[in-house]
Amino acid sequence: MAKVLMKGNEAVGKAAIEAGCRFFFGYPITPQSEVPEYLSSELPKVGGTFVQAESEVAAINMVYGAAAAGARVLTSSSSPGIALKQEGIGYISNASLPAVIINMMRGGPGLGTIQPGQADYNMAVKGGSNGDYHNVVLAPASVQEAVDMVMDAFDIADMYGTPVIVLADGLIGQMMEPVEFNYVPRKGIPEKTWALTGKGDGERHVVKNLVIDPDDCEQWNHEHFEAYEKILANEQAWEEYLLDDAEYAFVSYGTASRVVRTAIGYLRAEGYKIGMLRPKTLWPFPQKAFEKVDGHIKKYLDIEMSMGQMMPDVAYACNDKNKVVFHGRTGGNVPTVDEVVEFAKKIMGGDK
Amino acid sequence: MSTFSTIFAGFGGQGALSMGKILAYAAMLEGKEVSWCPSYGPEMRGGTANVNVIVSDEGIGSPVITKDADCVVALNKPSLDKFVDIVADGGALVINSDLAELADGQAKAGVKVYNVPANKMAAEAFGGSKLANLIMLGAVVYATNPIKVESIDDAFTHVFEGGKAKFIPDNKKAFEMGYEFAKNNA
Repeated sequence: MAKVLMKGNEAVGKAAIEAGCRFFFGYPITPQSEVPEYLSSELPKVGGTFVQAESEVAAINMVYGAAAAGARVLTSSSSPGIALKQEGIGYISNASLPAVIINMMRGGPGLGTIQPGQADYNMAVKGGSNGDYHNVVLAPASVQEAVDMVMDAFDIADMYGTPVIVLADGLIGQMMEPVEFNYVPRKGIPEKTWALTGKGDGERHVVKNLVIDPDDCEQWNHEHFEAYEKILANEQAWEEYLLDDAEYAFVSYGTASRVVRTAIGYLRAEGYKIGMLRPKTLWPFPQKAFEKVDGHIKKYLDIEMSMGQMMPDVAYACNDKNKVVFHGRTGGNVPTVDEVVEFAKKIMGGDK
Repeated sequence: MSTFSTIFAGFGGQGALSMGKILAYAAMLEGKEVSWCPSYGPEMRGGTANVNVIVSDEGIGSPVITKDADCVVALNKPSLDKFVDIVADGGALVINSDLAELADGQAKAGVKVYNVPANKMAAEAFGGSKLANLIMLGAVVYATNPIKVESIDDAFTHVFEGGKAKFIPDNKKAFEMGYEFAKNNA
């Protein structure tokens, strides 16, 4: 398929359709409103269903229902709207149901600003709902990667029975880049034998959330964590950029990592041995990447569009909090190449 | 590595974002990497609008241009004042001279300046200012050479699809007018 120039928000909508998603429930919010706008016109053309719900809370519960019925289902929003969906995400997680949630993050907290941000890291990665659970969190850094990750998110959700969050930001949603859509389903996606499709003459299926007996509830939790163990083992993903000879490594994801990539060009031109470890999955955090490169890295320079929410994970992954330093912008601002270059030089102190 | 970065800036409604899109499309059809990154926000007709377009032979880092722009296209005076300082040494500044004038010493010494009376030219040829942006785009392509001129035709056929195809001849003419103007006044 030839490449087309598409806005991130529209491209992720098309990616969902290509991956077989036929249900979308959502509510508009800047900077992701083109996702529902696009799907409102495109889903009906393929026999799908688009509902603009009365609220984000209603939308995520419609997702819960469609997922229980065995559908591939999507919702999308931006930060404050995703905050409203947290209860429902926890319920979907507890019921071990597959669903895909796209968050085009903006500056927060609260209503914040409509400009891009990455300050929902904790909400997505640590979980904004109650109970012991994890979301799988994928972090694209380009429109093409957002497309690929949305497609894969449906497969991951079906493989492990879990909600998957695609955590991008307003800039990736608003930006146009060339994209192509090549969905190849993963092998081994289980059949949804548990789906609520109407008993008829068949067997009775139940999807439930209340597990009133503590021993039973604990057992549920253990079953969830068996799936998480598999995800931790199988799904860690990252990019190593110019790390082979590096003595310093930026750690950055999404839009911030794009700025870092340009900054590395300037720093390398001056002879600094610096590269980047870019997490593509935030949960599972790419622990294996750190185990691989840690021997020759003196410092990790964490660059984010937040006040440093990823730092504890970087410190845990490299097992040395003294090796982790942070620079970030927040509230809707994107770090500039100059400030990243300056910060790195300050940390490296002329160490080439 | 060859990378070309440009900011198109003007009032909302002047067509800064569309001219950026046509350039991005043309470059993509040449097989290049491109990014088209707009300012977005509570903006309206008459407010400011700008887009950062990067064309590259390899993967693009920051889609936001904050330094060393190879070209800045200023469709009005506020845009000129806002972005004049981030043009790289040896870069180009393409100004709609009907709506913006460079003050003495405002541009760095190594910057090539192109003043294009795009509104006047559009009014004479088309009876209005609508295609001033395509005139400016023609001047930009001559001044900075980020794509082959022929690729613009391919871009037009993608950007103006179906019922919009009737707009292609005037857009093409406007583009050529700007290209020729820059060539003759360089």
